[in-house]
Amino acid sequence: MRTVTIVATGPQVLVQDLGRPGFAHLGVPPSGALDAPALRLANRLVGNAESLAGLEILLGGLRLRAESPCFVAVTGPSASITVDGRQRGTHTPIHLSIGDELTLAQPTDGLRNYLAVNGGVAVDAELGSRSTDVLSGIGPAQVRAGDVVPLGEPRGIAAGADQLAASALPAELTLSVLLGPREDWFDEPAAQLRAGTWRVSPESNRIGLRLTGPALRRAAPYAGLELPSEPVVTGAVQVPANGRPVVFLADHPTTGGYPVVGVVPTSELATLAQVRPGTVVRLRPVG
Amino acid sequence: MLIEVDSLDEVDAVRAALADAAREGRLPDLAELVPAARTVLAAVRPGSGGLAALRDVLTGVDLNAAVGRDSREVVLPVHYDGPDLALVAETAGVGVAEVAALHSGVEYSVAFSGFAPGFGYLVGLPDALRQPRLDQPRTRVPAGSVGIAGEFTGAYPRSSPGGWRLIGRTDAVLFDSHRDRPALLTPGDRVRFEARA
Repeated sequence: MRTVTIVATGPQVLVQDLGRPGFAHLGVPPSGALDAPALRLANRLVGNAESLAGLEILLGGLRLRAESPCFVAVTGPSASITVDGRQRGTHTPIHLSIGDELTLAQPTDGLRNYLAVNGGVAVDAELGSRSTDVLSGIGPAQVRAGDVVPLGEPRGIAAGADQLAASALPAELTLSVLLGPREDWFDEPAAQLRAGTWRVSPESNRIGLRLTGPALRRAAPYAGLELPSEPVVTGAVQVPANGRPVVFLADHPTTGGYPVVGVVPTSELATLAQVRPGTVVRLRPVG
Repeated sequence: MLIEVDSLDEVDAVRAALADAAREGRLPDLAELVPAARTVLAAVRPGSGGLAALRDVLTGVDLNAAVGRDSREVVLPVHYDGPDLALVAETAGVGVAEVAALHSGVEYSVAFSGFAPGFGYLVGLPDALRQPRLDQPRTRVPAGSVGIAGEFTGAYPRSSPGGWRLIGRTDAVLFDSHRDRPALLTPGDRVRFEARA
């Protein structure tokens, strides 16, 4: 079997594909790559189907060695890549011969890079997906130094693309929030969201992006009220008892007992995979 | 789409009607169907236009329909020796042995799942066992612990923090992603607890 060996990791390297939607009624989070467009792109660059599993690398620090000839591609924010000391680029297929060692440094901005290998990462699937779900523990263990990662059979050609650049991240993030389903639990929800300025908390993870800043005030009839558990979706802006919003990401719990003031549209979720703690966040109510 | 109704029975009526429609091929774009306490989430694939079909099915839902339970009956063997048994007995005003008799003497149904994979919120609890959560949640509840909280009872599929009052434990494997049916308890299932020594 074709493999790569993990020589070193940074803070976190996880196997991720597009997740396991469809099991939320059993309490299973969707999981999957937080920056799904970046994983899809990395897969396309090496000739894979977009849904194959790759590596989600938090803040670089990855070194891997090819045990078989393979093509890899790294997407996400701009980051330095070397192969046996020679500088290589992101967003382009890189051929590795047996024994070649690839090093991915910390990205210059953003948080997460995605590495696809032709044939895909072929660890065992669980509930139809190879994604590691950090909330429920479903899926493969976190990738560690010394791991030998199995690869699938390549089916496409690592053709790359002509012109691709790492996406730049704004210094301040403005997120659209489609109000509801529980905006009526809050006092003038649209005005409160528009007026506030939050920052990304360092306690954010794959479960949710936590925001620090002003607490959202409940409307008088709902003060101190408990909400019967209800289903939540990825992108839901849940407001726990302390009033500070949490935006649910891929590994979010499937139900929650706090009101959801609004939902960030799917098209804006990829950015949330990349915003560093401390980034200023504004919430723009729509709908 | 989040559908809000007034009771767990109505949640079950909506869930069952949408599940039937999906089985009959009338909701081809339904991606998730998730019941909860007073709401049902029906998610369709983005951009699929599946919301229109969903609305059509919803307008035909009879909220008072006695849901034909096509579901299975699951029996969970329980050792009634939980750390909160005395507290629960005292709150209920009964003896410790009677807690087990009360809890295992009725049939429950799985209203919804959440909190952790395979954690079913079971309804049908006798009034005396409808009790508040612990003031101070435990940081670690062992897998298999059987607890009560408010109108619900349930069993923890794996060890986790938790605030339910624990009355016993089961050896049943509540969740195994490699089984054909990963969750032992799925919404709509009927459940009985059987006291074991």
